[in-house]
Amino acid sequence: MWSHVRTIALVFLHMFRKRETVLYPEVRPDIPPRWRGRIILSRDPDGGERCVACYLCAAACPVSCITLQAAEDGQGRRYPAFFRINFSRCIFCGFCEEACPTYAIQLTPDFEMGEYDRQNLVYEKEDLLISGPGKHPGYNFYRVAGLAVGGKGKGEAEGEAPPVDVKSLLP
Amino acid sequence: MGELQILTVIFGVALAALVVAALNIWLERRLLALWQDRYGPNRVGPFGLLQVLADMIKIITKEDWVPPFADRPVFVAAPGIVVVTVLTAYAVIPFAPGIEVVRLDTGVLFFLAMSSLGVYSVVLAGWASDSKYALIGGLRAVAQMLGYEVYMGLSVMGVVMLAGSFNLREIVEAQKGLWFCFPQVLGLVIFVIAGVAEMHRLPFDLPEAESELVAGYHSEYSAMKFGMFFLGEYLGITLISAMITTLFFGGWLGPWLPPLLWFALKTFLIIVFFILLRASLPRPRYDQLMAWGWKLILPLALVNILVTGGILLAWR
Repeated sequence: MWSHVRTIALVFLHMFRKRETVLYPEVRPDIPPRWRGRIILSRDPDGGERCVACYLCAAACPVSCITLQAAEDGQGRRYPAFFRINFSRCIFCGFCEEACPTYAIQLTPDFEMGEYDRQNLVYEKEDLLISGPGKHPGYNFYRVAGLAVGGKGKGEAEGEAPPVDVKSLLP
Repeated sequence: MGELQILTVIFGVALAALVVAALNIWLERRLLALWQDRYGPNRVGPFGLLQVLADMIKIITKEDWVPPFADRPVFVAAPGIVVVTVLTAYAVIPFAPGIEVVRLDTGVLFFLAMSSLGVYSVVLAGWASDSKYALIGGLRAVAQMLGYEVYMGLSVMGVVMLAGSFNLREIVEAQKGLWFCFPQVLGLVIFVIAGVAEMHRLPFDLPEAESELVAGYHSEYSAMKFGMFFLGEYLGITLISAMITTLFFGGWLGPWLPPLLWFALKTFLIIVFFILLRASLPRPRYDQLMAWGWKLILPLALVNILVTGGILLAWR
């Protein structure tokens, strides 16, 4: 009996508490930078595409929402001829970001992707590509990779010693 | 009173009851939200007031579906009964001097009779739905409402004895010196509990307990037929609040403000209290509710009558 009266009194006192609700469109929620939201493709600091079209993201994707086609330019750099993410399938698990060897594909804190037309949720490469390096500034895959690519020969990458001619060591 | 004035009062009371019932939905949602540290509906119109209108448009335009296994005529008639009986009961409530539909010498009895007839709505709905959840809900409703009807009637008898009349207007006028909530504290508590049970509001919403019975007696109802039950419930809560105001809190009596405003203010505060009950108390078990009613409240109500009668007898 008295516990009921106490309950009623305590509930009544909640009138003077602060409300927990975040009034969303007016008040923006504070979203952490590691939030797994809209997927983007980043560029390296020189402005080139980071994606090397290795298909690892497409292979890692549990719902198969990533489609791409590899191509190669004249200088030996690989790039995706097209890169398509179907966001109506995407579950924002972030496996693609983990799988990516070049930090190209990244998830961002943007979650406002509502569309009236389902077809608008299919993002093409030009929708995905951003102009900056995203979460990893200063990283350039081709500059640290040992691969010979247009303008950069073997052994010219950062922190890489010039190639040793093993045959010259012969007595 | 001229004929025009009578018509004005009748339609005014009916319209006011319906509008207040609709606003109750908004008030309840906002207050529950307030007590749960939320906001509730606050988007449509000022303070979310037009939410009720939007919900009404929605519920009226919904598909009105009668299940093929239902007893069709009874199924269709049941939701109307509750609205009709509750609205009829408004006729005897004196809102202010001169503002009442009919001045009945048996006003209290008429109110009790009408709220008893409301049971038919629930039990017929439960029966006609031909669904086990609806039937269990209907059965619970009969046992609960008939049981609590008894204590409700008995708890009012103290007030009737003090006022010496069944006429609600005379009961209000008898409270000029002292509101009956003071000499009849026990009667008030029993009437409030019985009123909540009678209108099967939370925490005594066992006939429609969502967590046990889907939606109880109105499981199979949709669209405006469900809306009628909903409307009946909110009309009922306003009716019970108005009756408590009339019987125990001196009706329209009060200084400074106009009588009608006093009545509205008191009724409003009691409705708020009912919503607070809903916000804070859990639903009792069914057997507990029945045992509690018959073994505790009924003897208490009888003791109340006995003591009130004894004191009156000795005092006069």
